Amino acid sequence: MNVIAKPEDRLLYKGADWDFDTLMRVHDACAEIAGEELGLDWYSNRIEVISAEQMLDAYASTGLPLFYRHWSFGKHFAQHESLYRKGLRGLAYEIVINSDPCVSYVMEENTATMQALVIAHAAFGHNHFFKNNQLFRQWTDAKGILDYLEFARGYVQACEEQHGEMAVERVLDSAHALMNYGVHRHRRRAPDLLSEQKRERERREHDERMYNVLWSTLPEKAAQPATRTEEERRRALLQLPQENILYFLEKSAPRLAPWQREILRIVRNVAQYFYPQRQTKMMNEGCATYTHHRILGRLHEQGRISDGNWLEVLHSHSSVIMQPDFDDQRYSGMNPYALGFAMMEDIERICREPTEEDRDWFPDFAGCGDPMPVLRYGWSEFRDESFILQFLSPALMRKLRLFHIVDDSGQPVLRVDAMHDERGYRRLRRALARQYDPAWTDPDIQVVDVDLGGDRKLILEHRVAGGRLLEEQEARQVLRHLASLWSYDVLLREVDPTSGASLREHAVSPPR
Amino acid sequence: MQILDRRLNPSGRSLPNRQRFLRRAKALVQEAVRDASAKRNIRSADEGGEVSIPLHGIREPSFHLGSGGIRDHVLPGNKEYREGDEIPRPPGGGGGGGSEGSPDGGGEDAFRFVLTREEFLSLFLDDLELPDMAKRRLVDGADPAWHRAGYSVSGSPANLSLPRTMRNSLSRRIALKRPKPEEVQALEEEIAALEGQPEHAERVLALRAELERQLLRTRRIPYIDPIDVRYRRFEPVPRPVAQAVMFCLMDVSGSMTEDMKDLAKRFYTLLYIFLQRRYKHVEIVFIRHTHEASEVDEETFFHSRETGGTLVSTALEEMRKVVADRYPPSEWNIYAAQASDGDNAAGDSQKTARLLVDTILPACQYYAYIEVGREGEHGIPGFPRGPTDLWRTYEALVNAGAPLAMKKVRHRREIFPVFRELFAKRGVVEGASA
Repeated sequence: MNVIAKPEDRLLYKGADWDFDTLMRVHDACAEIAGEELGLDWYSNRIEVISAEQMLDAYASTGLPLFYRHWSFGKHFAQHESLYRKGLRGLAYEIVINSDPCVSYVMEENTATMQALVIAHAAFGHNHFFKNNQLFRQWTDAKGILDYLEFARGYVQACEEQHGEMAVERVLDSAHALMNYGVHRHRRRAPDLLSEQKRERERREHDERMYNVLWSTLPEKAAQPATRTEEERRRALLQLPQENILYFLEKSAPRLAPWQREILRIVRNVAQYFYPQRQTKMMNEGCATYTHHRILGRLHEQGRISDGNWLEVLHSHSSVIMQPDFDDQRYSGMNPYALGFAMMEDIERICREPTEEDRDWFPDFAGCGDPMPVLRYGWSEFRDESFILQFLSPALMRKLRLFHIVDDSGQPVLRVDAMHDERGYRRLRRALARQYDPAWTDPDIQVVDVDLGGDRKLILEHRVAGGRLLEEQEARQVLRHLASLWSYDVLLREVDPTSGASLREHAVSPPR
Repeated sequence: MQILDRRLNPSGRSLPNRQRFLRRAKALVQEAVRDASAKRNIRSADEGGEVSIPLHGIREPSFHLGSGGIRDHVLPGNKEYREGDEIPRPPGGGGGGGSEGSPDGGGEDAFRFVLTREEFLSLFLDDLELPDMAKRRLVDGADPAWHRAGYSVSGSPANLSLPRTMRNSLSRRIALKRPKPEEVQALEEEIAALEGQPEHAERVLALRAELERQLLRTRRIPYIDPIDVRYRRFEPVPRPVAQAVMFCLMDVSGSMTEDMKDLAKRFYTLLYIFLQRRYKHVEIVFIRHTHEASEVDEETFFHSRETGGTLVSTALEEMRKVVADRYPPSEWNIYAAQASDGDNAAGDSQKTARLLVDTILPACQYYAYIEVGREGEHGIPGFPRGPTDLWRTYEALVNAGAPLAMKKVRHRREIFPVFRELFAKRGVVEGASA
């Protein structure tokens, strides 16, 4: 900062226009601040400039650049497109993909300032989060994802050519219905998507090699003396109970062809890839928003972004982190950007200028001066639920004026259970954290048994929490999909976990 | 750090997904397309456009929690509540604002999107078919197709056929014994080897003479001669063009109300779109009649009023004249649709029937008679309206095996079903196939 020439000369860009050099300059300026001041650590960046139509396209296929073909993506595309054309909805300014190198899509329509915002937000904020957060490190394979998607697309296409579009579509429909139940919540080993293609080939080759007509003429093996009870043996054999329904079907469904199993596996792998994103949405956005705010703020201080453009940044920034009150017409749940950014700022405040209360609540880091180590630690070791439990401060609860109501359908009225006061802080925080826990918000459904001795009926159990049963119509539709994959009857029991009593049962037979 | 420009990538990457989606939602979209087309007018009826289909038909199901049970909500923006307060349940089951944030994120029950013109039409006319009697006429001159037709000795350099030319050249060189370059080279080498050796002087001399002769021959017989050159030849072949003319006949006497005309117009519109899909070139002839008939333009046809009696035969006579004048049946596919409320002067039936059977029907690919009526006309209890004069006349013809299709239409919503019935793919038209 010792050489200050005319302020004009320090500007990274002027006006709203930009070219690739501008993007490059902005990226380098951001990288300087992200590296030196914020201590971030990111995958190398790849910025791709796309048009509005391509952005819609990326939207439709859940943000992935290349994906297999399915009608539901066409539906989403048509939906987004008509909303966009009418001007009912703007498009996201960017989409970022958890891959190595990290791919950020930016729209050609964006102004230069928006591009700077997007680069700071996605190419540094999200990128750092993807690379460092434990969930992503354990559960996703950033290096392999693009190749894997390529493989998946090709594989599904090959299946379509060989078995017909309709047959493939049926499997995909069914698999999509169960997509949320295609994740391992407890992982044993890190994923390696590159080896997936090899594994598929090996499975096929193995099947081909091992097929021998002679075997089919051998007499059945005599029944083994039962050392364990029949049920225990069966459960162990099938790895029951199993919460990953798609995994169970891939491994155990009796009548699926190998290619159908492979498709289930593809859907399952994609679901697994997205699982961390669901669990860290709030933090991820908080991290990115905080990062772009810090970086662009610093660029403005240095005189590299003009005052006028800085106002544009502030305008976009504040509309992104807008949180309407619960009784506002615009309210549609907690805004992850708003809560995330507020928490990051709050941590910064606690580090820099803590109150007595903060010192009581956060003795570890209150008043430590530099917020970045604390934030980086938070970003890497937590997910939304635990992050809230650990870092949401009373001051912020008061600021957001949070309160907790309990809606018991057995009662005529709603009850306010906790609010932002001394008695309520901890309960309030616990209740909010639970809202971010998929284990709590998703119905807990597992495969518990298969009647192998009898009619091969597949039995699932929904452990009902808080008396909340499944939506019946839709549950039956999903079960029908499940039955068509399993090929025999399927029974879903909704049970009360404490008493073990069955509350409701859905039985579905496979379509003939 | 890398910047890639993806904007130039081919667009329409989502097209396969879209086609899959349309196929999936076909029944729903088709219904929506028909509804939408009922609201349009004749010239714009075949444009694409926005349609709306119910969302439930294309839902992707997943396990969701239903209503009921105990739910927790943490909400921002508390203003007045204290712990332990009780809030009356808001009507409609929602929570104290927001509720559980509706599982699939949408409360929409209809789903709107835009179809292209092609998509619109193919859904609109799907599973309809014209009676398979199209005539194709050879039109010369205009836009012929070019076919390969052997080789010629003259042509433009662009059409030079190298293989053919070289083949000719080779055979000519062999036939005329043009020395090969290797032979010439061998001679030269031998001379070079033997030269300067006095004992071979004679041989060298002979070789030189031989070489001389060979070189001379090489010069005389060119490597490629103009007579070798061949060009690919193309011949213009007249392309058969299927063209159709559509006759709209309508009774415009006082008894035809605007509503009836509107019904007729809708039918003509459908027929027009349909013909346009099947034929490259479609012309329309509007003939209106009271007690006398005339050919008019579309505007007059639908909107101006005439008074007078009703003589159906005049319209048929007019049509016969126009056909004889301008549309020889050997070259044109002739389609005719007649709309009327069924009135005809008492003495005219015979003449109409005769004209139709003798001249009109033999010339036509297809003749449809649409009898339009007022809505509720048939609903007067105790006074069932018998068949009209014209209906009786035509019915007799059909019974006698004339290729004539006839239907009654009383309401807009019947237009499309009737049209479909007339053109449905199998069991086409009772009369026409006879």
